[in-house]
Amino acid sequence: MKKRYIILTAYLVLIMLPIYWMLNMSLRTNADIMARLVFIPTEITFDNYITIFTDSAWYSGYINSIIYVVLNTIICLVTALPAAYAFSRYSFIGDKHVFFWLLTNRMAPAAVFLLPFFQLYSTFNLIDTHIAVALAHCLFNLPLTVWILEGFISGVPREIDETAFIDGYKFPRFFFFVFIPLIRSGIGVAAFFCFMFSWVELLFARTLTTTAAKPIAATMTRTVSSSGLDWGLLAAAGFLTIVPGALVIWFVRNYLAKGFALGRV
Amino acid sequence: MKKWQDNKGWLFILPVFIIVAFSAIIPLMTVVNYSIQDIFGPGQRIFVGTEWFKETLTDPRLHEALWRQLLFSGLVLLIEMPLGIAIALTMPTKKGLGSSVCLVLIALPLLIPWNVIGTIWIIFTRPDIGLMGAFINNMGITFDHTASGLHAWITLMLMEVWHWTPLVILLAYAGLRSIPEAYYQAARIDGASAWAIFKYIQLPKMRGVLTIALLLRFMDSFLIYAEPFVLTGGGPGNATTFLSIYLVKIAVGQFDLGPAGAFSLIYFLIVLLFCYLFYQVLLNVGKGESS
Repeated sequence: MKKRYIILTAYLVLIMLPIYWMLNMSLRTNADIMARLVFIPTEITFDNYITIFTDSAWYSGYINSIIYVVLNTIICLVTALPAAYAFSRYSFIGDKHVFFWLLTNRMAPAAVFLLPFFQLYSTFNLIDTHIAVALAHCLFNLPLTVWILEGFISGVPREIDETAFIDGYKFPRFFFFVFIPLIRSGIGVAAFFCFMFSWVELLFARTLTTTAAKPIAATMTRTVSSSGLDWGLLAAAGFLTIVPGALVIWFVRNYLAKGFALGRV
Repeated sequence: MKKWQDNKGWLFILPVFIIVAFSAIIPLMTVVNYSIQDIFGPGQRIFVGTEWFKETLTDPRLHEALWRQLLFSGLVLLIEMPLGIAIALTMPTKKGLGSSVCLVLIALPLLIPWNVIGTIWIIFTRPDIGLMGAFINNMGITFDHTASGLHAWITLMLMEVWHWTPLVILLAYAGLRSIPEAYYQAARIDGASAWAIFKYIQLPKMRGVLTIALLLRFMDSFLIYAEPFVLTGGGPGNATTFLSIYLVKIAVGQFDLGPAGAFSLIYFLIVLLFCYLFYQVLLNVGKGESS
């Protein structure tokens, strides 16, 4: 019993080290970083964070990222819920083929679609808008959402639907007030995955934006190349990208374990 | 479960169908278009048939990238799956602050943007300012991932394991949590060893989630782009030029749309083929055990 916690602690310490090192550097000045290697910083400065929070070129990156991630999550959940319900409850012409086709999009290399995406979204005048990135991320997030939700919905016995209809529920009322509360943990897990994959994706987000909707990840790469290497600032910006994800996972932590187990293959 | 036979199911999936089709079919057809034409500029294009496919299939650099990619994905699966299961077994089973904190800490690397992952590891492994780089160099070993292909691979593997093992852990942990306590009690009465419990109770019960983990890990490691691009840029030389990096080099760097299109289609088919094979194998393994 004791041994397993030693292993777990060792693993946790090891995975925290790179993150801690970034936090460490973000609290020091560039001159201090280059001059010496210290495990616990002695001269702590918040200048790097102040720069990010006061310079709109920096903080707008975070706002842009959050906007398109939230948009993407909403689009995915709203459209995937009925679809997952249909895949779970009805059999219709071509259902298996459509389901498989959806999943293949999860496997499409993003690099394959870069140029066509740029042309397509230019044609619709969507370049440099948040909705463009949100839609592009649907390519891999929607199939995943449908897949996860379908597993959860199939875990709810069909008798519940039938009983509700016999009791005189109309479909929309049944769906919103009876069914959705039943699968709320599934919705939590699906939302977490949408958030996660949209937040971490860079290739589409960078290709489809120039200035107005530029994500923080792209801001970071460009600043690095233009102003030399300001390690402290870079580390601070990197550390801030972890915060939203950490918050989200704290809220869904109880659903996560239960959630995965129900998802089907 | 028997399903209702009803074509109104199509109405329900229509929004998903339209959105995905917009982002998938139109760009895919554009890629098909590229792959069979030689494009000089706007309006100047010649139909070339399968020439680009022939050229791509015989490109030695593509073959190298493919082998590199297969080696990378194979190593990733070999390391991450056992490690993920092992760590999941050490996680606290009781609900509470301990397991919550563990879950959040373990999941952290998953929620960092991919190029930031690269940045973290550049910082971490630099010999002058990085903790790991300085540590290894202090031991008397010159470690520099920008100069040695082997070191670049080691750094990449460390980064990849650090980044994605958490996904396997979370999935395996979820599988473990779904096992009823009664199973363990029965095993204890029978005097089963920890290994027997693992082999006959835990592993079969985790099969579903592990299949998902294996498929997701294979797909994402096979499509990896942002992390090695930031960390090594495909170098030194071509040592870490994986398929995606090579593809972007051709398509964006050299603007060879025809070969890039053909390459894209072949790439996509390879991923599909592997996923289909994995899926079938795992499905059959499952059948053998349950019967």
